[in-house]
Amino acid sequence: MPYIPHTDEDTKAMLADIGVNSTDDLFDEIPDALRYNDLKGIPAGSSAMAMLKEAERLAAANQNGTCFMGAGCYDHHIPAAVWDLASRGEFLTAYTPYQAEASQGTLQLLYEFQTMIAELTDMDVANASLYDGATAVAEAALMAVRINKKSQSNRILVAGTLHPLYRETLETIVRNQHLEIITLPFDPHEGITAISALEKYNNEDITALIIAQPNFFGCLEQVDALCNWAYNHEIVTVACVNPVSLALLKPPSKWGEHGVDIVCGEGQPFGSPMASGGPYFGFFSTKMEHVRQMPGRLVGCTLDKKGKRGFSLTLQAREQHIRRGKATSNICTNQGLLVTAATIHMSLLGGEGLRQVAEHCLDNTANLINKLTQIPGVKRVFTAPCFHETLLRFDQPLAGILTALSTEGINGGYPIGSHYPDLDNTLLVCATEMRTEDEINHYAQTLNQIMTKRGS
Amino acid sequence: MTDLKFTRTHEWVLPGNEEMIVGITEHAQELLGDMVFIELPQIGDEVNAGDELGVVESVKAASDFYAPISGVVVAVNQQANENPAIVNSDPYGSGWLVKIRAKNPAELEGLLNAEQYKTEISED
Repeated sequence: MPYIPHTDEDTKAMLADIGVNSTDDLFDEIPDALRYNDLKGIPAGSSAMAMLKEAERLAAANQNGTCFMGAGCYDHHIPAAVWDLASRGEFLTAYTPYQAEASQGTLQLLYEFQTMIAELTDMDVANASLYDGATAVAEAALMAVRINKKSQSNRILVAGTLHPLYRETLETIVRNQHLEIITLPFDPHEGITAISALEKYNNEDITALIIAQPNFFGCLEQVDALCNWAYNHEIVTVACVNPVSLALLKPPSKWGEHGVDIVCGEGQPFGSPMASGGPYFGFFSTKMEHVRQMPGRLVGCTLDKKGKRGFSLTLQAREQHIRRGKATSNICTNQGLLVTAATIHMSLLGGEGLRQVAEHCLDNTANLINKLTQIPGVKRVFTAPCFHETLLRFDQPLAGILTALSTEGINGGYPIGSHYPDLDNTLLVCATEMRTEDEINHYAQTLNQIMTKRGS
Repeated sequence: MTDLKFTRTHEWVLPGNEEMIVGITEHAQELLGDMVFIELPQIGDEVNAGDELGVVESVKAASDFYAPISGVVVAVNQQANENPAIVNSDPYGSGWLVKIRAKNPAELEGLLNAEQYKTEISED
């Protein structure tokens, strides 16, 4: 099925109309020296049938295994109805429609999504999503600078326990925007950000504090103390949260005495299958007093001239088609299709269903930690309580162990040594609601055998 | 009105001994349409002539407004914040935006008088 609607005749007619001979002529102004004409690695076009066969051949080489890996992307059950509904033609778009108000169904869905995110994070207002969790953190940093008018420094404290790839994305996006990122050390024993690490900034001009809950190590930060410190120093607080954990944990609006200013995070756990880096989506919510500084699109509910309920894009003056270079965001897009899936996913689960998912994650991970740490040479690295993920240290080289596990059909976890040189030979493991008792036992037994064999 | 000085970016300033009142012009409010939100500077902000002072947002657009003169922001109009419509209905009166303690009152000489501003906007 062709996804480009023009026929050859259409193209010819359009070119004739503007007085150009060929489509290539439209690119004439690009100098030859800048053109890349030699696309050796790109094969010629093929039929759908041939392409599918090739894709299946390549996909068969994937070694998925039973997944004990998290590190920002989680293996959750996606009810069959989610993608059945989300794939319907009426919903199947990656974008906010450009004639937005003509698409009332899509706008209603986005409005429901915003409502769910606002309820889950317990904040006043949520946007229609952002690109992903990492860019949502970067947008939050830029927004924090806009809303903290008292601070002149544009210096941002970022917990060293925030996902390392999020911190890299943050650096990349804000590097040329005159923001200074200061990474906070974490307590090497507990695995969380120590309040004492903040105290050296007591008398400095700091614009914002970004913290993660649970943090990259799976540990639960002392969010009340962190937020109170920030509030007392007139520092804007940004929380990067796992949305599933919010079913059990205190919402960011209740952290400390005043709650956080901005909440963001990765939406993948709601309906997006695990894939090589995406596509996923970011969610983003804030207090009403900051709404005009919020990035992204925002759908509102209103009444039409006959008094009927309807939906429209709201506060568009913040957006780039009106505000140009001064827009509150350089990405006002959202991840329409993934948000559609997430909205259906959340509505099928409901508050109670989501709580059950979170409880199973918590129980399964506790069980996994218990079983794995009984193996000689495997220890927990940190003491702080965790949600559905934790860091384990191995007394043998990890690479060989992971390969051996993979041969047994087990994706054992995520080694974090490349991000934290001090934490070489440590593995981040996760057990979502998808992991059964049998799978956890199988992992523990297999690992025990591998380590015994290699250790001897 | 005849006392006011104007900028080409459609702000007005009422010359005074110490504090000078600043707003946007009748012409500007008419171009922008119904105001829905005003973002004002912080009291104590130091500005140079031509710096951004804040944002006026209407149903159609959000536009910056600029400092006509250099100085320190000594007051902002909270009423305009709470009820932006007064910037439409009374831009030279209750719809003022900011008071600036001018650093260099001589800068006023570089601004337009009412007659010149009128000519300026008729050429738009």
